[in-house]
Amino acid sequence: MAQPSHDFALAAPEMVLAAAAMLLLMFGAFRGNQATRVVAWGALAALAIALVLVLQAPAGRAVSFADMFVVDGFAHFAKALVLLAAALGIVMSLGFIRREGMERFEYPVLLLLATLGMLMMVSANDLLALYLGIELQSLALYVVAAFQRDNLRASEAGLKYFVLGAVASGMLLYGCSLIYGFTGTTGFDAIAATLKAQPEPPLGLIVGIVFLTAGLAFKVSAVPFHMWTPDVYEGAPTPVTAFFAIAPKVAALALFCRAMLTPFAAIVADWQQIVVFLAIASMLLGAFAAIGQNNIKRLMAYSSIGHVGYALIGLAAGGAGGIQAILIYLAIYVAMNAGTFACILCMRVRGDMVEGVGDLAGLGRNQPLLALALAIFMFSMAGVPPLAGFFGKFYVFVAAIEAKLYVLAVIGVLASAVGAYYYLRIVKLMYFDEPAEAFERRVGGEMAAVLVVTALFVVVFALFAAPILDGAGTAAQALVAGGKG
Amino acid sequence: MAAYFAIGLGHYLTVAAILFTLGIFGIFLNRKNVIIILMSVELMLLAVNINLVAFSVFLGDLVGQVFAMFVLTVAAGEAAIGLAILVVYFRNRGSIAVEDINLMKG
Repeated sequence: MAQPSHDFALAAPEMVLAAAAMLLLMFGAFRGNQATRVVAWGALAALAIALVLVLQAPAGRAVSFADMFVVDGFAHFAKALVLLAAALGIVMSLGFIRREGMERFEYPVLLLLATLGMLMMVSANDLLALYLGIELQSLALYVVAAFQRDNLRASEAGLKYFVLGAVASGMLLYGCSLIYGFTGTTGFDAIAATLKAQPEPPLGLIVGIVFLTAGLAFKVSAVPFHMWTPDVYEGAPTPVTAFFAIAPKVAALALFCRAMLTPFAAIVADWQQIVVFLAIASMLLGAFAAIGQNNIKRLMAYSSIGHVGYALIGLAAGGAGGIQAILIYLAIYVAMNAGTFACILCMRVRGDMVEGVGDLAGLGRNQPLLALALAIFMFSMAGVPPLAGFFGKFYVFVAAIEAKLYVLAVIGVLASAVGAYYYLRIVKLMYFDEPAEAFERRVGGEMAAVLVVTALFVVVFALFAAPILDGAGTAAQALVAGGKG
Repeated sequence: MAAYFAIGLGHYLTVAAILFTLGIFGIFLNRKNVIIILMSVELMLLAVNINLVAFSVFLGDLVGQVFAMFVLTVAAGEAAIGLAILVVYFRNRGSIAVEDINLMKG
C-alpha cells in the first residue's frame, strides 16, 4: 500500500469555511447579537472565497487524506452549486431574522457549518467521510430548524426533523457496517476493487446497500422516507425552509450519486431497481399529494419531493448522460426554488407573514411585478417551455430513454402533467381571482436582487445554457470515469 | 461440542440485528415519551457499534474500531442537540408526550 497522501491544498475550500465559522463564532461571542448582520456578511464572504477556490482548482481527479477525500470535476460542479445555494439562503434570511426577532449571531455560523458538512459530503470517498459529512450538516440543520425558540411550530419541526434524521443516520450506519464487514474496507475505491474481483456479491452486502440507500433517501426526502419533509418545511421559519429546500438537497443528491456509482459500479443491477422505485414513488406522491394543500410551504415540500423523484431518474439511468441530467436539473432546481421562496418571503400582510395559498389571490393586480416573478417560477416548475424547468425535465427523460427505462420516462411525463395542475392553480389564483388583502409593498433590496437574478436565470436559460451543459457534462464524465479507475 | 459453544461472528451479528430491530420498534411503537425515542436511537447506534467492532476483530482490520469511536463521539453530540431541542419544545408545549406532537398534519 502506498504512503497515504495528505494534500491539504485539496481541502482548501473546506478549511476556509471551517476557519471562518470559528472566527465568526468568536467575533459574535464578543460582540453579541447586534453583530449578526456583520457575521452574516462575513459568512457570505467566506462562501465567496470558497467558491473562488473551488472554481480555480485544477481539473482532474485527486484523492487525499488516506483516500477518504476526493476532488474531481463532479465535486467542483456540485460544490459550486452548494455554495451558491447556501449564499442565496443566507441572503434571503437577512431581513426575516431581523423582523421576527431571531437575529442571533449563531444563525449564520450554523448555516456556514452546515455548508461545510455539505462540501464534505460532496467530496466523501469513504463511508466514514460520508457519515461525518452528513452528520455535520444534519446536526447544524436540526438546530437551525428550531431556531425560533419561542415558536411552538418551529420547535415541533425541529424535534420531528431531529428524531427522523437520527433514525435515518442509524439506518445509514447499519448499512455502512454491513458493507464494511462484507467487503473488508470502507474506502469507495477499495470497495469497487473488491467487488470487481468477486463474481457474485454476498447477500449481506446487498442488505447493507439497501440500508445505505434508505438512509440516503431520507436525506434527499424520497418516498417512502419523506414523512418528515412536509412537517419540517411547514413548521420551520421560512428562510430556513428555503435553505433546506435548496442547499442540502444538492449535496445529498450529489452524495447519493457518488455513493452508488463509485463503490457499486460493478453491481448496478442490484441497486438500480431500488432507485427506480424511489423515483417513481416520489414523482407520483409529489404530484398527487400537493393538490390538496393550502399552505404554500407545505405545497413546496411536496413539490420538492416530486423534484427529487425527477432528479433520481438521472441516477437510475446511470452513465455520464444520467449524471449530467441530474446536475443540470439541480442547477435549475436551485434557481427555481430560491426564487419561489423569495416570493413566499415577500408574503407579508401588515407586518405578519402569511402562508396560505389563498392569500395569493389577486396578486396580479396588487403587485404585478411580484406576481410576474412567481408566475415565471410556477410555469418553470410545471415544465413549460422555453423556461428552464422544461430543460431540466427534458434532459432526465432523455437520459431515461437512452438507458431504455421507458416505463420510468412515461410515468415521469404523466406525473409532471398532474403536477402542472397545482402550479398553474397558483397562477390562476394570482391573475383571475378576487384580490385578497394586499401584501406589504416593501420587498427589501436583497430580496429584490434574489428575485431578479433567479427569474432572469429561469427565463434566459435556454439562450445561455451552453456553459452549464458543458460543465455538467465534464463533471458527469469525471464521476463515471472515477468509478472505473 | 467446543465448536458449538465458541462465539463466532454470526452470534455478534445476530445480537446487533436484534438490538437494532428493538431500537426501530422502540421508535415507532412508543406512544408515550420522546425520551424513549432518544434511548431507542442510542440503541440503534450501539447495535451498529457491535457490528463494526465484531467485523473489525474478525477481519483483523482496525478501521472498524476507529469507525466505532467516531460513531460514539457523534452520538454524544447528537444526544446533546436532541435534548436541547426537546427542552425548547417542552417550554413551548408543556408536554413531551409523543401523541401531543401533532400540530402539523396532512
